[in-house]
Amino acid sequence: MDNIVIAALLTAAIVAGTPILFAALGELLAERSGILNLGVEGMMLVGAVVGFIFTIKTGNHWYGFLAAMISGGMTALIHAFISITLKGNQVVSGLALTIFGTGTSGFLGKAYQGLPTSDPVTAIAIPFLSDIPILGRIFFNHDPLVYIGFILAIIFWLVMYRTKWGLNIRAVGENPAAADAVGISVSRVRYFCTIIGGMMAGLGGAYLSLVYAPSWQENMTAGRGWIAVALVIFALWNPLWAIAGSYLFGAVEAMTFGLQIVGIKISPFFLQMLPYLFTILVLVIVTIKMRQDAGAPSALSVAYDREER
Amino acid sequence: MKRLPVIEMNGITKSFPGVVANKDVHFRVYPGEIHALLGENGAGKSTLMSILAGLYRPNSGTIKVKGEKLDFSSPRKALAAGIGMIYQHFRLINKFSVADNIILGAHNALKMNKKQIEKETLEFAKSFGFDINPAARVYQLSLGEQQKIEIIKMLYRGCDILIMDEPTTVLTPHEVQDLFKTLRFMADQGKAVVLITHKLHEVMEFADYVTVLRHGKVVGSKRIEDVDETILARMMVAREVIFNESSHPLMTGDTILELNNVSIFGDQGYLAVQDVDLDVKNGEIVAIAGVAGNGQRELVEAIAGLRKLHTGTIRLADQVINDFNIRQRLEQGINVVPEDRMGMGLVPNLNLLDNIILRTYYLKKYRDRMFIDYKLIRQEAEMMVENYNIFLSDINHPINYMSGGNLQKLLLAREISQQPRVLVAAYPSRGLDIAAAESIFHILLQERDKGTGILLILEDLEDIFRYADRVAVMYAGGIQKILHVVETNIDEIGALMLGAEYERKTS
Amino acid sequence: MIKAKMIKRQYRSLSVDIGVPVFSILLAFVVSGAFLYFSGFDPGETFLRMFKGAFGSSYAIAETIVKAIPLMLAGLAVSLAFRMKLWNIGAEGQLYMGAFAASWVALTCGHLSSWLLLLLMFLAGFLGGAVWGFIPGFLRGYWQVNETIVTLMLNYVAISWVGYLVFGPWKDPASKGFPLTPRFSDAAYLPTFGDSRVHLGLLIAIVIALIFYLVLRYSRWGYEIKVIGESQNAARYAGMNVARNIVLVMIISGGIAGITGMIEVSGITHRLQQDISPGYGFSAVIVAWLARLHPFSIILVAFLFGALLVGGFGVQTFGIPYSIVLMLEGSILFFLLAGEFLLRYKIVLVRKEVQ
Repeated sequence: MDNIVIAALLTAAIVAGTPILFAALGELLAERSGILNLGVEGMMLVGAVVGFIFTIKTGNHWYGFLAAMISGGMTALIHAFISITLKGNQVVSGLALTIFGTGTSGFLGKAYQGLPTSDPVTAIAIPFLSDIPILGRIFFNHDPLVYIGFILAIIFWLVMYRTKWGLNIRAVGENPAAADAVGISVSRVRYFCTIIGGMMAGLGGAYLSLVYAPSWQENMTAGRGWIAVALVIFALWNPLWAIAGSYLFGAVEAMTFGLQIVGIKISPFFLQMLPYLFTILVLVIVTIKMRQDAGAPSALSVAYDREER
Repeated sequence: MKRLPVIEMNGITKSFPGVVANKDVHFRVYPGEIHALLGENGAGKSTLMSILAGLYRPNSGTIKVKGEKLDFSSPRKALAAGIGMIYQHFRLINKFSVADNIILGAHNALKMNKKQIEKETLEFAKSFGFDINPAARVYQLSLGEQQKIEIIKMLYRGCDILIMDEPTTVLTPHEVQDLFKTLRFMADQGKAVVLITHKLHEVMEFADYVTVLRHGKVVGSKRIEDVDETILARMMVAREVIFNESSHPLMTGDTILELNNVSIFGDQGYLAVQDVDLDVKNGEIVAIAGVAGNGQRELVEAIAGLRKLHTGTIRLADQVINDFNIRQRLEQGINVVPEDRMGMGLVPNLNLLDNIILRTYYLKKYRDRMFIDYKLIRQEAEMMVENYNIFLSDINHPINYMSGGNLQKLLLAREISQQPRVLVAAYPSRGLDIAAAESIFHILLQERDKGTGILLILEDLEDIFRYADRVAVMYAGGIQKILHVVETNIDEIGALMLGAEYERKTS
Repeated sequence: MIKAKMIKRQYRSLSVDIGVPVFSILLAFVVSGAFLYFSGFDPGETFLRMFKGAFGSSYAIAETIVKAIPLMLAGLAVSLAFRMKLWNIGAEGQLYMGAFAASWVALTCGHLSSWLLLLLMFLAGFLGGAVWGFIPGFLRGYWQVNETIVTLMLNYVAISWVGYLVFGPWKDPASKGFPLTPRFSDAAYLPTFGDSRVHLGLLIAIVIALIFYLVLRYSRWGYEIKVIGESQNAARYAGMNVARNIVLVMIISGGIAGITGMIEVSGITHRLQQDISPGYGFSAVIVAWLARLHPFSIILVAFLFGALLVGGFGVQTFGIPYSIVLMLEGSILFFLLAGEFLLRYKIVLVRKEVQ
């Protein structure tokens, strides 16, 4: 009996964690290049509504996902322009983006509120692997986006640590002056990372409206964007840790339902606190130990001005 | 056959708000030579080379690299033209490994194999005689080792021209020899090396050619065979040195400030000041001479109370003040004018009144019920402005628009108004033009005549001989000698500053 | 060839200082208006309805003020921290903790006389928020932990805590399962002005703004805050205790945000519930930033913000979705942020030499 519950929990954790993983990977990329984008919640909502609308209109959820990514990237472009070219206040810009995204998505989605999706995403069982007892059902019998999320995280990690692009990105986030001195275009790298970050957030939002729910509701992200921001820190800006962290945070979300079923008396609200408390703990430990090679990118949220004397 | 210069800068002028850094500079470097760019702090050397490195754009003038006129709008363009600049403050990513720093931006393949890169960089470095640990993180290395990485970085990019900004400041004598062996090796291969420096001794020993800058203008360009240290020193400083212009019988009193066995740790973990004995008497000016970076900053911070002593004692009159914090020392009569005018001594975005009370805002006399008595402060400010001839447009404006000279006067006026027993000022005339500098020293002399003990950190040899009564030469964290100014000369002080021995000629 | 170059401004004239933000706001309205038009709405009518909804009657104005009060207080709260360059974006959480603490007092001491009860609730509200501000303050002041992240995270801890209480131990048995506490006793009601819903919180906000103005401008502590915010090096040189001031400022900043929570439960909702704040804590960051941290400007900007919110509610009855308001709010912010750039840099046309 318990095995089934745990298996269901893990499965649910992965599904709940996937949209957060997408958004976190995107924010991780942006922050690695030095741009803090607190507009994740807004970008996810825009992606959710745009993805949903396009799916309804075209009858194909892949067009929906694509449209969601493009819309996410476009909203991120606003933040990028303000933060990079205009060297504006990134905290305020990110918050403005959240507000704007919430409003825009609500407006666009008015007519679609509560409708069911026109092209449900079905689970794909991976041959052979899904036949493994227990583990097969938990890990290898999901909708394709779960696999995409997992693979994307690994790709992000490879790019970040095994390619020169990743080296350049990290250099820009640590010491833009040093990167500039060797000919790396700081603003180009930052634009690129911020926009991709937006695309990923849009994808995460679309996952909610096309797979998780699946339908459109105003404000349906319900704070997941903020969890994604926390996750980036919790994962210490490492995509592999983000995989584990997203499923962990997803498990917390899944447990809020699960525990009530099993009759355990912990209030789901305490569970909700956990991701945030974990993140604070990780941050404090890393900061105090002052491990020089962990921790936030040194130039995070600081605009770069070459002739600053 | 006439050689083509590899670098040709003509008529370069560059100004920043308030200061002309380079004025109509002509500068030529030929392949295969080590060319020293010599001048005092603020002479314009770094600015000129920053222009060459693509960091700043000149207001006027042209630059030719290998005969071709180029427009340097970015560091990338300069790098592409083969110009590699190594700054005093390194452009390294501390969290990255040595290997990653070397190949950053220069690695062709998309994929990066860590082991392979480490091997590649290790071998590359070896080919130039460098021994590195490619896997080490930069933050783990000493400054000297970091500098090596910077050089290797430039070599890796195939730079033909290497510009080094004060490279030996952080090196041990052995490392200095190593460095110049490398530079000579590269020059022999046809590369050009520009050495920005103020160390005469190094110029004479290692350079082929020298260009001297003073106050933004070129004083002269000569072959090393045609000059010696004395000639260069005169070119750098210009005027004939006049001894102690303010000559009146020295009436020094008792010792007011005394340092014994003082050792202080710097920020990087090594001892910045080692076993220093120093004293200042009432009514005298003691100057600490030395190249910046030999412990002066840490010494001043320790005297002020901003940095703890590792060993030793500081006495004010007869009282040991080691455990006094900065405010307590202020109350006891130690006033410090810090080196960093805008970053520490003043707050540029605040107005005049707020800056005047920076250290004294909490005093009872300024208390008006619960508030600060700005009326009283305004009165005192107006008096200060008048007494010291400080020029400002509006008492309510933030002070960041004020000229360097006026800011320094403000700082001094503020500290002197506290009626200090000891006044410490670090580089009081730095960045000021001649007229402003003279008025600053005039104020200091007046203060000395009142009987205050004054300790100055100076870098201009001429100023030392004009205004100081005694001079203590600081080198590598220690005091080489303390001499009465009338009993020494510019060559001796110059030599001591560079750590050299000086043979006193007996006449 | 002529090229545009960005140069940092040395100083700015008053006309630029005011003109740029005003122009930015106008531009935002124009762009939003265009969006409305292409979506099939009449922009003129929409804006007019919004205006009427916020100012059109004494009832409307009262509602505007009601919405503005928490923005004023929370805006003042975060502005204090911002002056020291401490990025407190945790006002929302501090608000919730203040609401929680005040509610605890109201629920356990509801029998006390009104003035005493309100005073205790006020103190409790302050204390709740102050503790929530102390945590990031201490972490930052003594251990250099990034306060932006810690305050952000603590928001959701506080919100979850209140959620736990109202769904659990404090739930009103008579509420048919809705997440609410029982209604507070009448003594816990913050007095209102006349028949409107405008409560004493307005006075509290104005008084705090006044205190801020005087303290920050004329007092010794205000001076220390000014200096530490501008230059920590200069502050140390001046003998100020930087770490202790960081903690103190965060305590007070959190405390005032906590008072915001108290007045919301005492003056508006009269009970503790799950959504006592529609993001006041976040909007406060924006209000404070827009008002350039000046206490009186914060009052004004909060009022205008409240108008925007209430006006937005107003247009809903005419079929225009409330999300328009958020879009308008977002656009205004974007244009103001973009305008900020022109305040710091001026664009100069430079003639480049043709090779």
